[in-house]
Amino acid sequence: MATETAVRSGRTRVDGFRVTRAGLVIALVVAAALVPQMTQNQYYLGVAFQAEMLMCLALGLNIVVGYAGMLDLGFAAFFAIGAYTTGILSTKEHWSILASIGPGVLIAVICALIIGFPTLRLRSDYLAVVTLGFGEIIQTIAINLNQTGGPTGIYAIPALTIGSVVVASNTGYYYVFLVLVIIFALFSTRLRGSRLGRAWLCIREDEDAAKAMGINTNHYKLYAYMFGAVLGSITGSLYAPALTAISPASFGFSESLLIVMAVAIGGLGSIWGVMFGAAVVEIFPEVFRSFAQARLLVFGVLLVILMVVRPRGLFPERAFQGLGTRIRARLGHAVPSPRSGTGGPLVSLPTEEP
Amino acid sequence: MTAVLQTDHLSLQFGGVNALSDLSIEVDEGALHAIIGPNGAGKTSFFNCLTGYYKPTGGAVRFQGNEVTGLDAAKVAALGIRRTFQNIRVFPKMSVLENVLAGGHLRATSNLLSITVASRGFRRRERLLHEEAMASLEFVGLADQWNNLAGDLPYGMRKRMELARVLIANPVVVLLDEPAAGVSSVEREELSRVIRRIHDQGTCVVMIEHDVDLVMEIATDVTVLDNGRIIASGLPQDVRTNPDVIRAYMGRKRK
Repeated sequence: MATETAVRSGRTRVDGFRVTRAGLVIALVVAAALVPQMTQNQYYLGVAFQAEMLMCLALGLNIVVGYAGMLDLGFAAFFAIGAYTTGILSTKEHWSILASIGPGVLIAVICALIIGFPTLRLRSDYLAVVTLGFGEIIQTIAINLNQTGGPTGIYAIPALTIGSVVVASNTGYYYVFLVLVIIFALFSTRLRGSRLGRAWLCIREDEDAAKAMGINTNHYKLYAYMFGAVLGSITGSLYAPALTAISPASFGFSESLLIVMAVAIGGLGSIWGVMFGAAVVEIFPEVFRSFAQARLLVFGVLLVILMVVRPRGLFPERAFQGLGTRIRARLGHAVPSPRSGTGGPLVSLPTEEP
Repeated sequence: MTAVLQTDHLSLQFGGVNALSDLSIEVDEGALHAIIGPNGAGKTSFFNCLTGYYKPTGGAVRFQGNEVTGLDAAKVAALGIRRTFQNIRVFPKMSVLENVLAGGHLRATSNLLSITVASRGFRRRERLLHEEAMASLEFVGLADQWNNLAGDLPYGMRKRMELARVLIANPVVVLLDEPAAGVSSVEREELSRVIRRIHDQGTCVVMIEHDVDLVMEIATDVTVLDNGRIIASGLPQDVRTNPDVIRAYMGRKRK
């Protein structure tokens, strides 16, 4: 039956692709795990784990902005909630860092509900303004509250201990955040392939039509916002011990903007894209340090060029669609293309050329 | 025969404009009910009232005997009333298959935990849903397009994809807003075949359509709207010769 063949040919094609993709992922993870073996330079490792941290935040924001299409300009607030909860609990109440992740997540979810419930029914521009305000509120609270240490923040945050292992070096945190990036990326992939991910994309593409699918758009927007909050808060909880000191300055609008930039540069909704985008946003300004004062200017100009040349980001979703097919075709293997039978072959095989 | 979908003195006002006034329509079980009328007659407004996109200012909508007036669009869809849109609304940056899967949103019931760990149950349910989505695409003749982006499909194919997206939900009533508008004669034949097949399966179809030939060919009942009112209803052949209908379409004879 044609249905079966279509599904089956789809599956084998996808499976074939998945094999190469799994290999690629493993190779990348191994390469990333070997970075600290190649350099002992603490500055490089510091930049590297900051990049990983930004990847985690970008993956969190990607659920809100990339999947559900809601522009959130105050994402650093959830990052701050995680970091401050851990900071306060670990210094004042002597909780372990890992134990403090839970309360951080809880507070972040409660805040997401309070902010999200009345405002998420707003359309994008208004939502951006509300979330921007929320980010400012959280920062202002952090500056003014005694418990959060005021403008100086919280210092002498104890090291992260996992079992009997004390993580105290940049190398250590590099591995901790590497694991976190992998977990977040895997989680995002799973969500994307489920009804949740599909519902979010439908809302992003056409909210009214999404309702016609039976999707309760207000609920799903709230879910996206909450998932973003959870990922942001967990990252914050691990960021506090990594830096040993936190202050309100790290959680301002510029931080929120940096995360949005990572998502936009990489490609909205694309897991590989946003991770790459985060790496670019973190590493480029460091590379341009030789330009001294002009480095952010150079970075800004590059951003503008990028948005003109690739408005959907460097690696939007489906950027690699059909890549495996194209490569195999170039190698001279005949491949069944999903389009065969209607629009003609997707690629012209080299053997057919004179 | 029992009415599956029924409106009772439905009216809708925008400011001082009466978009719909006093509309009472019964859609019987197994009917292929066509709604025709000149532009601006209120046909799409009527659909929007039925599906929760507009809240009617008066009257009631009943579905299988229960009042559904003013329910949220998502709730109406969940009850089994599914619709297509006049100016096709596909999810352009999603694949054709994913568009159809989205139509089966309420049938994908996995919880967060089983999604996160990709449990066996989750994978089995997703596989079944994928197979059903492919079957729906097969039904409308688009199976070979499954992996293309919906936004890349030509117009006629998008219309058929919208139908597949509706069908995967196993709806009780399907509301089609101008399914044959702007399609080529070949596509029109294809669409009329698909609509008839949906109807033959026992699904109730309500269809807004300008193509009178198509309506006469496949409809079992016809209601004619003009200026938000019903001016005629009945069997297709009766409506065709109704003087009020002719007047609404052709204008009044000058004295």
